[in-house]
Amino acid sequence: MTDSLHLWLIPLVPFAGFLVNGLLGSRLPKALVTTIALIATLIPFLQVANIALHFHSLQLPYTEHVATWITAGSFHADFAFALDQLTLIMLLVVTGVGFLIHIYSTGYMAHEEGYWRFFAYLNLFMFFMLTLVLAENFLLMFVGWEGVGLASYLLIGFYFTKDSAANAGKKAFVVNRIGDFGFLLAMFLIILHFGTLSFSEVLAQVAQHPEWQGGFLTAIALFLVLGATGKSAQIPLYVWLPDAMEGPTPVSALIHAATMVTAGVYMIVRTHGIFDRSPFALSTVAIIGAATAFFAATIGLVQTDIKRVLAYSTVSQLGYMFLACGVAAYSSGIFHLLTHAFFKALLFLAAGSVIHALSGEQDMRVMGGLRKKIPVTFWTMTAAVLAISGFPPFAGFFSKDEILYQAFISPNGGKILWFVGLVTAGLTSFYMFRLWYMTFFGESRAAKAEHNNHGHADHGHGSHGVHESPWIMLTPLVILAILSLIGGWVGIPEAMGGHSEIAHFLAPVTNTVTQAANENSTSSSMELLLAAVSVATAIIGWFIAHVMYFSKSELPAQLAAKVRGLYTLLLNKYWIDELYGAVFVASVVNFSRYALKALFDTGVVTGGGLALAYTTQGLGSLVQRVQSGNIRSYAGWLAIGAAALLLLTYFGFGTHLSFR
Amino acid sequence: MVPIAYYLVLSAILFSIGVAAFLIKRNIITVFMSIELMLNAVNLSFVAFAHQWHAVSGQIFVFFVMVVAAAEAAVGLAIIIAIFRARNTLNVDQVDLMKL
Repeated sequence: MTDSLHLWLIPLVPFAGFLVNGLLGSRLPKALVTTIALIATLIPFLQVANIALHFHSLQLPYTEHVATWITAGSFHADFAFALDQLTLIMLLVVTGVGFLIHIYSTGYMAHEEGYWRFFAYLNLFMFFMLTLVLAENFLLMFVGWEGVGLASYLLIGFYFTKDSAANAGKKAFVVNRIGDFGFLLAMFLIILHFGTLSFSEVLAQVAQHPEWQGGFLTAIALFLVLGATGKSAQIPLYVWLPDAMEGPTPVSALIHAATMVTAGVYMIVRTHGIFDRSPFALSTVAIIGAATAFFAATIGLVQTDIKRVLAYSTVSQLGYMFLACGVAAYSSGIFHLLTHAFFKALLFLAAGSVIHALSGEQDMRVMGGLRKKIPVTFWTMTAAVLAISGFPPFAGFFSKDEILYQAFISPNGGKILWFVGLVTAGLTSFYMFRLWYMTFFGESRAAKAEHNNHGHADHGHGSHGVHESPWIMLTPLVILAILSLIGGWVGIPEAMGGHSEIAHFLAPVTNTVTQAANENSTSSSMELLLAAVSVATAIIGWFIAHVMYFSKSELPAQLAAKVRGLYTLLLNKYWIDELYGAVFVASVVNFSRYALKALFDTGVVTGGGLALAYTTQGLGSLVQRVQSGNIRSYAGWLAIGAAALLLLTYFGFGTHLSFR
Repeated sequence: MVPIAYYLVLSAILFSIGVAAFLIKRNIITVFMSIELMLNAVNLSFVAFAHQWHAVSGQIFVFFVMVVAAAEAAVGLAIIIAIFRARNTLNVDQVDLMKL
């Protein structure tokens, strides 16, 4: 199979959908908008599926050069797309999960204002995300990188009449810019040292020079990490993701859980050749990942907004992926990315279904007892909770344990990282089951909430009791639930009788330490032991949640009262937002207000303008007497001018003026 | 034979008197006359040069100027009469508005 795969079609079809819906959508009937949006996502999915079916017969890595973009001397950046194993997995996730979420959205958003706008933005997001994944060089990837940031901004601020949503959008955008700044600096360094931005050429040059260790590669890697922490919501730039939950729930599922936020992980794996040469950068990634995983999980313990719990859970799971990358277990990171995309998208969509059922209520304290009322949502959510908590044979178990195992045995990692990951696994299990119990079990606390009527009243449903979502929303839930169950089976490690297929599949891309570790069969008993430990941890987490939120529901309040300081700390998210607000935002605002506005704006800009105006006015008042309106005075000036010219021509000014 | 400079000096004096009168006088008819004076000062230099160089074109030009001046006098006097009828004054400083 050597003919062209027409990879360029994959991003371009959603873009066409965006153009049609974005430009004409307000005038098209709803059904047509839906059809266009769905087809624009279905076509890329089918194309990717087709490629996946023929994948074994392809010449890899496959590169498609569409057009030259920038040429400057010997440097050039092209519109070029590349396909390899890593890209294929990302493409399947993005188009597959993306298509399911599009279907779900047609149900979820059915009664919203700006229906066409929503789908136009979703298609725009798909376009940029696919560009990001397919790009063959850093610059094109950066285009996608910025583009998904834009789409994310637009969709977070979808309910732009709500202040909190508009602010959350701005926050996400600004925080992401800090990361992009790192990405840009990394690109400049790459151009400086390699003279090219193509992934394959850069990595080939790195491979040719084994003597390059650390040094500028560390600098590049650290800047790339800064970029990745912005996009993938890691410490210190994670603050935007929880706020991003202001967007519609399908957006949270697609952009802020399954696809966009994994771009940082994807980028690190894509450029891992650089990271492999810099143990320092790798350790940084690992520490950031482990710290974020733990930190976000602790915040997730006490949040009461169902989407916020999931948001912190996402940050935490992304931390796991970073941890995997940091211990050079890239395939494990991608494996977790894959399974996480399934179960976290499912969690969000199920949460959306719950919110839908409760007519816009997001506060878990007023939920409860929904198990019987929305059974399909309940069972799919259960699958997702089991998956993320790491119970075998669900997807999360295999990927998470793979990461923990790799952290444990990795020379770059260490027992501490493993231990932090393990504790986080316990916390994850706890807060997920807490969410599960608070939402679906116990007494229904929704009755009293319906009269309060808070949450978004703009949801357009009014209060007509708890109801199960329509099948157009439930079908994606069921599909994702199945994927959450079986999705992990592609990576069952050899110690458990599997073949680590995903690691072997990704081997041509990640070709390093992981393989050596995987083949190491002597440690298979160790791997089983570690898996048992982490399952035990997950069960403990479940048990505690069961006691606290099911059997003794008065316990949480007592506990919160007992450790009030810690509880307040967690409830207020360690006051990180306030800290950032005081240190960064306030300093920028104050600098702008006092230095820029007072000095520059009023001093230089306004002052300059005024000075110019007064000068002109003064000069004008001097010469305005000439324009008296008196014809004879004009004639007088004319005569004086003529006389002056005559004198000038006759006597000259030393340098004999002549009018020839 | 009178040197040409004499004619030219006389012409310049007449022209300057015309200019000065044009600027100083307020009566429209006097202003009009000073324009005629300037035209004729120029005519004088034309004739003087034509005589000096024995070229007839200068003299022909004088006729043209006279024709134009006559036409101008006809139109100008008509305008002056119209102005006087409308405003009852011939003071140029009081007719500096184009509307009544």
